[in-house]
Amino acid sequence: MNEIAEKIIEKFLIMIAFSTVAVLFLITFFIFKEGIPFLAEYGLFDFLSGTIWLPGENNYGILPMIAGSICVTIGALVVGVPLGVGTAIFLVEFTNKRVRNIVKPMIELLAGIPSVVYGFIGIMVLAPWVRVHLGGSGLSIFTASIVLGIMILPTVISITMDSLSALSPAYKEGSIALGATNWQTVVMVLLPAAKSGILAGIILGMGRAIGETMAVIMIAGNALRIPSSIFDSVRTMTSNIALEMGYALGTHRAALFANAVILFVFIMVLNSIAIIITKKRHK
Amino acid sequence: MNPKLTQKIASLVLGSAVVITLSALVFIIFYILYHGLPLVSLEFLTNPIREMGKSGGIFPTIVSTCLLAIISIFIAAPLGIGTAVFLTEYTRENVITKIIRFTTDCLAGIPSIIFGLFGFVFFVIYLGLGWSILSGSLTLAFMMLPTIIRTSEEAIRAVPKSYQEVTYGLGGSKWQSITQIILPKAMPGILTGIILSVGRAVSETAALIFTAGISLHTPVSIFSSGRSMAVHFYTIAREGISMPMAFATAAVLIITVLMINIVSYFLMNRFLRRYA
Repeated sequence: MNEIAEKIIEKFLIMIAFSTVAVLFLITFFIFKEGIPFLAEYGLFDFLSGTIWLPGENNYGILPMIAGSICVTIGALVVGVPLGVGTAIFLVEFTNKRVRNIVKPMIELLAGIPSVVYGFIGIMVLAPWVRVHLGGSGLSIFTASIVLGIMILPTVISITMDSLSALSPAYKEGSIALGATNWQTVVMVLLPAAKSGILAGIILGMGRAIGETMAVIMIAGNALRIPSSIFDSVRTMTSNIALEMGYALGTHRAALFANAVILFVFIMVLNSIAIIITKKRHK
Repeated sequence: MNPKLTQKIASLVLGSAVVITLSALVFIIFYILYHGLPLVSLEFLTNPIREMGKSGGIFPTIVSTCLLAIISIFIAAPLGIGTAVFLTEYTRENVITKIIRFTTDCLAGIPSIIFGLFGFVFFVIYLGLGWSILSGSLTLAFMMLPTIIRTSEEAIRAVPKSYQEVTYGLGGSKWQSITQIILPKAMPGILTGIILSVGRAVSETAALIFTAGISLHTPVSIFSSGRSMAVHFYTIAREGISMPMAFATAAVLIITVLMINIVSYFLMNRFLRRYA
């Protein structure tokens, strides 16, 4: 009797364990189901290379949005990677456990702050400052990059810290024994040894930046053109979807789902690279 | 250059990275609380939304947020903990666990706007649930799964194997050892993941706008639409409906997130002190 119950429980748990697989499948299936027919009809190339997005006139080109997403993502990395990797190195190699135990929860708190609040700070503080000191409307790639750069910090910091602390202490001890300073050890021994883990962290940070929606809508200005300077306003793929989904119907809605398909592919490629890099490390 | 000098400069530069990171956090929290907290009153928390958010309070958004958080946890926790139990107790590392781990990692990286679109086509339209607390909760539950699975798995693995062996020695079955020994011992760790997921529900916007909707009324059932606090804040801040109301709402959001993080921090610490 008990044996049977145990068997049933085991089968039941296997089913539950496949819930993430089912969820990922459902998401992929429904996003593609809504977006692919449009792509087939409009043409993938025209969709990706079109520079005009005018749903009223049946013009659906997302090149400006792809450019926008890429610009703010690169900007976020320029701000977030040096800060994040620097912070992680300092916390792991230049300070003691007491300081780490105070700073780490604060960084986790940074991850807990809602993205709408980040966007709000961008509108209220950063954009006016940029407007006064650097010109333009203040709602630009520049502003969005700073805010996104801070938003990806928790991801970059925690993964860099993990990969630095996972290194065998022998590396560090050997280098110090040879008379190297802390900094020389970091640059010549620890960073090269941990570089794949740090890279995975940076790629995951990229995924966060490219997928961020609410903060970017609030601070990037949402202009529908290909930017020519970092003080230009841009619309990202995510903003485009969130801004127009509320009222889009028919072909327009299908086009937004096609936009989501492209975003989804971007994200899945980034995720897979990060996962593969991390898996290789663990071997 | 002199290595000693380089070392000094390096620690100065790296130290300033830490200072910049922490100042960003401190600035955000103080800026919001300084401008928002004086505007938070009992009336603000208990009154309905008036004039699209220009006046009145945020009571309906508090109810919606609580309902969304509670229902999504009730859906995600059994699935997440069940998956973690399977991964830790019922299988060795093989193709199946690899697939499950890969999809969990993928799911964790999917942006909330994609979850929102999916929830919109699947729950709202395909299953006919409409813009409702239920559609929003189901979407949130899917988003929470990776966090709950990972923290539960870590928590279960942290429980010493000897505990389980004792149960077997006393003639207990596998399921008995899981429900009576492992899960209770791992509970503080599992709870940390659940509390962090509540935080996600509180701060989420993109996934809820198209699933739970933006109704201004207090939801009366899981089938009514209701805007969460973050969605409400987004609407009044972005459309510039009322800056004082936006600041006050932001202050409530920040305090909620702060409390959630503090509670999860202490739970996790207590748990780690016991086993690590």
